[in-house]
Amino acid sequence: MKRVTLAFSLALAVGLSAQAADAQTLKTIKDRGTLSCGVSQGLPGFSSPDDKGNWTGLDVDVCRAIAAAIFNDPTKITFVPTSAKDRFTALQSGQIDVLSRNTTWTISRDTSLGANFTGVTYYDGQGFMVKKSLKVNSALELNSASVCVQTGTTTEQNLADYFKANNMKYEVIAFGTNDETVKAYEAGRCDVFTTDQSGLYSNRLKLANPNDHMVLPEIISKEPLGPMVRHGDDQWFDIVKWTLFAMITAEELGVTSKNVDEKAKMENPELKRVLGTDGNFGEQLGLTKDWVIRIVKAVGNYGEVFDRNVGAGSPLAINRGLNNLWNKGGLQYAPPIR
Amino acid sequence: MTDIMASSFVRRDLVAERPAPVKTTGFVGLLRTRLFNSPTNILLTIVSALLLWFTIIPSIRFLIVDAVWSGNDRGACLAENAGFTVGACWPYIQAKLPQLIYGFYPEAERWRVNLALILAAALLLPLLIPRLPVKGLNASLFFFAFPVVAFFLLHGGGISGFGLSWTAGLLELFDDSIVSAGHVLLSLSKTSAIAPLLWVVGNLIVLVGIAIRWLIYPLTWLRDQLQGTGQSVWVDFAITTAFVSLIAFVLGGGIRTGWRALASSIATFVAIAMVIKLMGLDHGGLPIVATNLWGGLLVTLVVSVTGIVTSLPIGIALALGRRASIPLIRIFSIAFIEFWRGVPLITVLFFATYMLPLFLPGNFTVDGLVRALIGIALFTGAYQAENVRGGLAAIPRGQNEAAAALGLSWWKTTSLIVLPQALRHVIPNLVNSFISLFKDTSLVSIVALFDLLGSLRASFSDPKWSTPSTAFTGFAFAGIIYFIFCFGMSRYSLFVERRLNIHRRN
Amino acid sequence: MSTEARKPPLQIALKIRRLLGGKAGWNGVAVQFAFAAVLGWIAYEIISNARANLENQHIAAGFGFLANNAGFDVNQTLISYTGSDTFLRVFVVGLLNTLVVSAVGIVFATVIGFIVALCRLSPNWLVSRIGEIYVELIRNQPLLFQILFWYLAVLAALPNPRQSISLLGIAFISNRGLVIPQPIGQAGLEPFLAALAFGVVAALGLRIHARRALFLRGQMIHIWPYVLGLVIGLPLVTMLVFGLPITVQLPQLKGFNFAGGARVIPEFVALALALSTYTAAFIAEIVRAGIQSVHKGQMEAGSSLGLSRGTTLRLIVVPQAMRVIVPPLTNQYLNLTKNSSLAVAIGYPDLVSVWAGTSLSQTGQAIEIITMTMGVYLLISLVTSGVMSVYGWRLNRSLGA
Repeated sequence: MKRVTLAFSLALAVGLSAQAADAQTLKTIKDRGTLSCGVSQGLPGFSSPDDKGNWTGLDVDVCRAIAAAIFNDPTKITFVPTSAKDRFTALQSGQIDVLSRNTTWTISRDTSLGANFTGVTYYDGQGFMVKKSLKVNSALELNSASVCVQTGTTTEQNLADYFKANNMKYEVIAFGTNDETVKAYEAGRCDVFTTDQSGLYSNRLKLANPNDHMVLPEIISKEPLGPMVRHGDDQWFDIVKWTLFAMITAEELGVTSKNVDEKAKMENPELKRVLGTDGNFGEQLGLTKDWVIRIVKAVGNYGEVFDRNVGAGSPLAINRGLNNLWNKGGLQYAPPIR
Repeated sequence: MTDIMASSFVRRDLVAERPAPVKTTGFVGLLRTRLFNSPTNILLTIVSALLLWFTIIPSIRFLIVDAVWSGNDRGACLAENAGFTVGACWPYIQAKLPQLIYGFYPEAERWRVNLALILAAALLLPLLIPRLPVKGLNASLFFFAFPVVAFFLLHGGGISGFGLSWTAGLLELFDDSIVSAGHVLLSLSKTSAIAPLLWVVGNLIVLVGIAIRWLIYPLTWLRDQLQGTGQSVWVDFAITTAFVSLIAFVLGGGIRTGWRALASSIATFVAIAMVIKLMGLDHGGLPIVATNLWGGLLVTLVVSVTGIVTSLPIGIALALGRRASIPLIRIFSIAFIEFWRGVPLITVLFFATYMLPLFLPGNFTVDGLVRALIGIALFTGAYQAENVRGGLAAIPRGQNEAAAALGLSWWKTTSLIVLPQALRHVIPNLVNSFISLFKDTSLVSIVALFDLLGSLRASFSDPKWSTPSTAFTGFAFAGIIYFIFCFGMSRYSLFVERRLNIHRRN
Repeated sequence: MSTEARKPPLQIALKIRRLLGGKAGWNGVAVQFAFAAVLGWIAYEIISNARANLENQHIAAGFGFLANNAGFDVNQTLISYTGSDTFLRVFVVGLLNTLVVSAVGIVFATVIGFIVALCRLSPNWLVSRIGEIYVELIRNQPLLFQILFWYLAVLAALPNPRQSISLLGIAFISNRGLVIPQPIGQAGLEPFLAALAFGVVAALGLRIHARRALFLRGQMIHIWPYVLGLVIGLPLVTMLVFGLPITVQLPQLKGFNFAGGARVIPEFVALALALSTYTAAFIAEIVRAGIQSVHKGQMEAGSSLGLSRGTTLRLIVVPQAMRVIVPPLTNQYLNLTKNSSLAVAIGYPDLVSVWAGTSLSQTGQAIEIITMTMGVYLLISLVTSGVMSVYGWRLNRSLGA
């Protein structure tokens, strides 16, 4: 049922409007010429703009990989900064095609928000950051502390659960955006800042003196972060899901942005399948045969993306840990491309 | 005679000069009469002087004397590097100035913002100075032409058709809506108790829809032909010009008196053609800059100017509706006005951000900035309606009756007699509303738009400039900007008020 | 013989026409039908779109979520609240927080506003200039700007709790807010309050009696010794009998924060400060206009009767000025209450912040939550304007009589 008249007159009146179709996201994106990707408002390592508005980060690279798979051009993206509060609305309303914004996969979001998580780009958990000068070594010593937290997140509820379970008192101070929360923590409005541990490392870089602050060892929740798409378009869901798996598979097979062309020429049956010289998996997805090559050339494999943005090669220097490949002690595991 | 002259009661010598009365003018007079004329006043004066001393001196010290004027990062503004207690950290403003004015607007495209601002100033200033002529043309340029031009200038993009295509598209969509409503009724008729009735009505509506489709077929056919040609915009434009000008000519009185209307219509279209050609709208226009890149003072001004331009017509319509004698329209206007005036703006913005998208078809999204603009226009419109109503109430009944005696219709009475007088009465109130609108634009920063205040707040979280005085410096800068705009407007409103009241004073 | 005036014809059709279509007659009826059709169409579009969208997005509808567990905490609650309470309780908590900050803001705004107005009217040149500077400076900056200024610049510059500024060792100011001694009721509290209430009521009764005696019989009764005895003496006696009514718990630094004592969170301080100083500037202008609206002759008449300046102001000028002042003053109070919704910008847990903010993003039920939020404010302003129109009607009646 199309109800376009009212909207059209509105759109005509206001001039600015974007259209997104129900079940043909891929076609809409191709017609529009860019992928519209919802990211955070600035979380170094995951998605943050520099002074000129160029976005970098793990979540950003996932979007770039999707754009590369569709257009063979990782720059054909419009990044839409979303706050924790309006991110789902933006996705539901079609303002963005994919939400790649350190969002936790939970059952309620999968079911009641009308969105699907396509996979896990980063296995995370909620942690605490405190000033070193407080001389606190464990989250269990935080009784009667003031805790800064971003509102509208699962973090807020985990926090309540954790303190209640450990029979500790605390004062919660909630802010609308991540930056406000960090700023309040830095200004001393609270003793503790809590969010996903990756976020703690990344926000620590935003503080004037990062070395005065430490992340406590406790992880109080499971926070698998990943990109989300709308319900109702399975083809688009598959594309985003398998873009992610392609990056992981590429790492597993040792395909990197540097050696992808050589690997494509090799006579390894698995490599041939993955890199599109054998079979037509890309076309079945609605993409082209060389989709994996496009992805890897544009952003590299999962390991490269991780290292460049949050891992050893970045200022955040987070250990791979759970995010290592399954055969190296981590949880990252991609179903086979066959 | 002589004895009188000589009599002793005539004074011979001059009366001694009395001392001059205490001077009550000038500086000394001021001191004497207004500052030190009684013990209480002396005490008050001393207390106030102390108060000023302890507020103004530190402010000046902070802003100028102790300020740091150059540097590359926070190092320059830290006391241990500068060697003294640091006041304002101006290099921080310098570094963030582009962000505070343009947001993330691409550097290569910022000339467009500047041009739009210059255009706005060039149109607005003559409008504000009462002595300058051609107010009507000036006002219509500012209220109608400027928003369109500014939109294409700031946002970019082009047009693919003109009047003909738009009309055809709109009619087609309207027709679709009618047909689909008919189909809804038909599908309902399968289950409903009053099935036959629904079936008949549904089929009737579908028939009407199909009839309309045939009626507008020439139009849509023409449009489709136009889309095929390479110069669709210009052909469409020529057709629209010819059509509208012809109508203007005929309505203007045909061969006898219609020439004037014809000339002005053609002149308008020539001007539009020049704008289209100049901005290249016929082939894509300027590169699109999405509104999420806009920020800083640009957003503040865009929101307030749009609010001003859109709220006035809404306000006038609602005010007239509230005074209308037709019951439904009056009740609707009252309810509408009281609703928006009864809720805080921030809930209106929440409404526009979170609820409005649910009311639109699922495959439509409206830009975040536009959503906020819709909310602000409705909100301010309700306040303007009350201002305008005040003006309407001040018009004596005699004016209406005189117009009726001349045989003028309601529209003519309202637009030619009542509204011009009423609006002139309430200019100061309107300007005051604009001041509060300008201040209220800062609220859009709560719904994730980066206006001046939002950009300022975002800049606080940059670790490169995090110093103890950063926040104070930023607030001082933004405060001065806000003060200049609001104070300027309030002085202007006073000036107009005084001008309007000249005849009452003498 | 005088002929009786003929009765006008009944003209029922005319009256109905007038009722239905106003002055425009049947045209008006037609306009109304068209208007109603358009409204109905828009309403239909909105409802069907909303229904379709909710279904597509799997958002629950209805108010069932009010009974669900909220699962998050709030840092200022006037009634007991924990994370395991329901959303309905969150709503009440937010509403009470809005009301308390508005009430505090209104009190301070009135006091500051009257002081500034008196400054502006003062014959002292310097004082009136200061009043003017205050008004212009405050009025020409956005309120949100001022709230953020107090919160991000001024309060953030305060020291942390361990180095907090001590006020005589009983109250402490730090960036965690203001910690004040907390009174704790003891056994003697109830008799003490009862005695105090009785004293106040009795004193008021005495005053009414004295006034009546003065107006009816011209008899002056000095009541102040009795009043003093009733209001102060009686409670003192009960205190001697029943013991101290309250003990004061002093705040002490313990762990991260102060233990004991009552704490006012900095968000509240910043919001109340900004709201009251901002509204005060407008109140000052209203009061000034009100006092200036009273004719100069009233003042002169007062002094010619031998009344002092203070008495003239109190008995003659202010009562007349109040008629002009009260309606816009109420409007400002209403504005202040509505403006308290800006709390969301600094995280003070008012209605908009915890309800239209946190609860909305936890449940996603935008329609219900925003409707409830708007409804509350609408109700407050409708009730206020209802009260004001009753006031205006009574005022008109008393002036006419």
